[in-house]
Amino acid sequence: MSDPTPRPAAVALEGIAKKFGLFVALRGITLSIAPGEFVCFLGPSGCGKTTLLRIIAGLERQNAGVVMMGGRDVSTLAPSQRNYGIVFQSYALFPNLSVARNVAYGLETRSVAKPEIERRVDELLALVGLAAHKHKYPAQLSGGEQQRIALARALAPSPALLLLDEPLSALDARVRQSLRHEIRALQRRLGVTTIMVTHDQEEALAMADRIVVMNHGVVEQVGAPVEVYMHPRSPFVARFVGQMNFLEATAGERSGWARLGDVLMRHGASEPIAAGTRLTLAIRPEEILVGPAAQGSENRLVTRIRAIQFLGPFTRLSLALPDGTPALECDVAAGAFAALGATEGSELALSLRAEALRVFPAAG
Amino acid sequence: MARAVSDGVAGAIPDRTVRHRLGGEDLIRYALVAVFGVVLFLFVLYPLLQVLWRSLLGNDSAFVGLANYRRYFSTPAIAASIGNSLFVSLVSMVITVVLAFVYAYGLTRTLMRWRGLFRIVAMLPLFAPSLVQALAFIYVFGNNGIFTRTTGFNVGIYGPKGIVLAEVFYCFPHALLILVAALSATDARLYDAARTLGARPLKTFLTVTLPGVKFGLVSACFVVFTLVITDFGAPKAIGGKFSVMATEIYNQVSGQQNFTMGATVSVVLLIPAVLAFLVDRLVQRRQYALVTSSSRPLSPGRRPAADWSCFAYCALIAGAITGIYLAIAIYSLVVRWPYNFTPTLRHYRFDTVGGYTPLLNSVYVAALSALLGTVLTFVGAYVVEKCRTAWSGLLYFLSVLPVSIPGMVLGLAYIFTFNAPGSPLNLLYGTLSILIVSNVIHYFTVGFLTATTALRQMDAEFENVSASLGVPFYRTFWRVTVPMALPSIVAISMYFFLNAMVTLSAVVFLVAPGTELAAVAVLLMDDAGDAAQAAAMSVCIIAIGLAVRLGYWALMRRVSRRTQAWREPAAPATLQPETEVRAT
Repeated sequence: MSDPTPRPAAVALEGIAKKFGLFVALRGITLSIAPGEFVCFLGPSGCGKTTLLRIIAGLERQNAGVVMMGGRDVSTLAPSQRNYGIVFQSYALFPNLSVARNVAYGLETRSVAKPEIERRVDELLALVGLAAHKHKYPAQLSGGEQQRIALARALAPSPALLLLDEPLSALDARVRQSLRHEIRALQRRLGVTTIMVTHDQEEALAMADRIVVMNHGVVEQVGAPVEVYMHPRSPFVARFVGQMNFLEATAGERSGWARLGDVLMRHGASEPIAAGTRLTLAIRPEEILVGPAAQGSENRLVTRIRAIQFLGPFTRLSLALPDGTPALECDVAAGAFAALGATEGSELALSLRAEALRVFPAAG
Repeated sequence: MARAVSDGVAGAIPDRTVRHRLGGEDLIRYALVAVFGVVLFLFVLYPLLQVLWRSLLGNDSAFVGLANYRRYFSTPAIAASIGNSLFVSLVSMVITVVLAFVYAYGLTRTLMRWRGLFRIVAMLPLFAPSLVQALAFIYVFGNNGIFTRTTGFNVGIYGPKGIVLAEVFYCFPHALLILVAALSATDARLYDAARTLGARPLKTFLTVTLPGVKFGLVSACFVVFTLVITDFGAPKAIGGKFSVMATEIYNQVSGQQNFTMGATVSVVLLIPAVLAFLVDRLVQRRQYALVTSSSRPLSPGRRPAADWSCFAYCALIAGAITGIYLAIAIYSLVVRWPYNFTPTLRHYRFDTVGGYTPLLNSVYVAALSALLGTVLTFVGAYVVEKCRTAWSGLLYFLSVLPVSIPGMVLGLAYIFTFNAPGSPLNLLYGTLSILIVSNVIHYFTVGFLTATTALRQMDAEFENVSASLGVPFYRTFWRVTVPMALPSIVAISMYFFLNAMVTLSAVVFLVAPGTELAAVAVLLMDDAGDAAQAAAMSVCIIAIGLAVRLGYWALMRRVSRRTQAWREPAAPATLQPETEVRAT
């Protein structure tokens, strides 16, 4: 298995297309995943991310395209021939088998000796921290514990690839948080190539080496979490990953400037745009400077506070432009907001930092 | 967004999906689909087509088109059976559902005493062939009945009156099971809401109770209607000269050897049965879940007036049911009812039908029907649910079709299919095997649907997980699917056994010398004037049914104790067998 010369991609997809009747679920997806990488397929429901995962698993058959695993074309192989472990949102643990038997399930049909199975089961249960529950049945465990057992079961035959289909969606928020770290740590430790499907952008940002953002059956952007968050390639990505304010504007005469109402703004795009072209400027709520920080900086705007939402660590302000149109949401750290002494209806001066001001073609 | 509609990619994607290379597992899968398909074709579709075809032939096997139908409708003596059948079915339906509804209301919505006992007594008719009820009424109200003898007043039980009476008691438990289930599935919060809005009891009943059970009522009506219109035993025993379609088929086939007319009446009888089945399924599809996880079960309060009137009502009905079986038991245990009440066991010798052979045959056939029926319905449901192929829809249709085939029609269809000269299928004819096959097919649908429900309650990803772990599907079937469905599997086998013990219509054409069955023997002995032996045989059938049912109950307790280690506390209610609900 271990090849010292350039290792082939753990998973390589070439032009994967899938349709269900007239509905096109995937439109020619091409993607390469390096060995040991943790990749998240992220997108809203119906974007095709689960279909893509199931095609990789062989549980769904593509209409076109090639699936390669470790340099081997597996497109025509049945699921059982593909060497992966999979964890579903519903856990899909066998309720009539004990935790130990569940984990041993994939080992028992291989010619593995009984004591060896026993050892492997103990090892995996220790790995997911549930050695004490060995003889219990799944129904006697909590949701988070069950999902860890499902993980152990999937990993037991040492698969080359781990597939996670919304593994955390059925769990409550706190368990989800802690399991995120556990899965990530386990994956790092074992070095197993992992693909996780999720619709939760926070989960993807926290866990993935690379995020594949999908929408309507196409890949919108592939990149490291920071890259996807800081430099979204499309308004869809900008809106789906994190919060984003969009402002209608037109390109100014000078390159790198745009006209927002009657204010000229400097923005982050470097390539020249014909003057008068309609644009969409975008900035994240937490990137807007307010109060003293906004003093004396460029791209200043005076707005009026329409609503104040206290969200714990920060406060979200809904702001309207001077002409009254609701336009911006702005996050201010709770302490900083208190220092502002602002209330609903009061005026607020702010600054849209030029480096944070992204430019997209106008919508429509 | 714009890309989704405008780029025309859909046309560029090939319609065919990339095929997976077939492995050994797939061969097993396809083999299972093929076997199941062949079984359904050979024992459901092909025989049915035979009946249809034969109804278009003359007795000399020449094609005569619709001539048989014209003759059927123009011969008043035969055509009358249609009106008669519809009449007794509708009357029995209305009476049974009304009686059962009040009974079910008493069981579920009041605190009357003896509710457990009433529930058990009402189930008794499930253990007896339909003609047993008719025999009991003859023993009491017949020409030599005890009532007629002692009062000198003959109520004229032979005819529609007797048929309706017998059918009402025969169908009572079937309707009751559905209505009890419907009345139990309610949300107490609706009643709280009605009370806080100031609704009076009558208004609450009309606006909350009745709408809540309307699907149950519809279902009960269709089940009773189908049971009555396809029943053969009761009209045969007590109908006298009043001919219904089921007995007409029997007369044409057994009496006059007129197979083509038998086929013609069969096709006409299929129509209401299939219609009832289709309408019921349409109605049930519109059903929505009244009970959600947040529902609060209704716990009835003490209402002395309602409690006691329901108690009196239920006691009356339960008393009548008990009376029926008491009459049968006493009739079989005395020298000559109603003249000589000296106790005797001599009627249990069954000398006219060759001793205990029919009873042993019945137990053998019932046991093997249970075994074969359970395996076939469960594996069949698994094949349809889990081995998705282009054929799944057709297999499903053929699996639910048998419920709408009246037993008489199935029996006749099997004569055409298995008594055809020169056909290899002839091997089955005149054997116990063909009786087993006809029972399995006759009761196939309920077993199949029970198994389907059990399979659908399981996580759909079990098979996918197994595949990813390299475990073949049949191993997961054996280690996970079957153990999880065990309560349903036991319930299905129970259903097959009990029905095979009491059925008459599906087997009456197929028994041969040496393969007599107990229920048929009851009919024959009664026909031959051996009423006491017929009663004795009925007692034996009922006793065996009750004993098996008791064993089933004990087994279920053990199964649930063994499995409660892994079953979630909320689950077992859904796995309670509802299989006795529908039988035809």
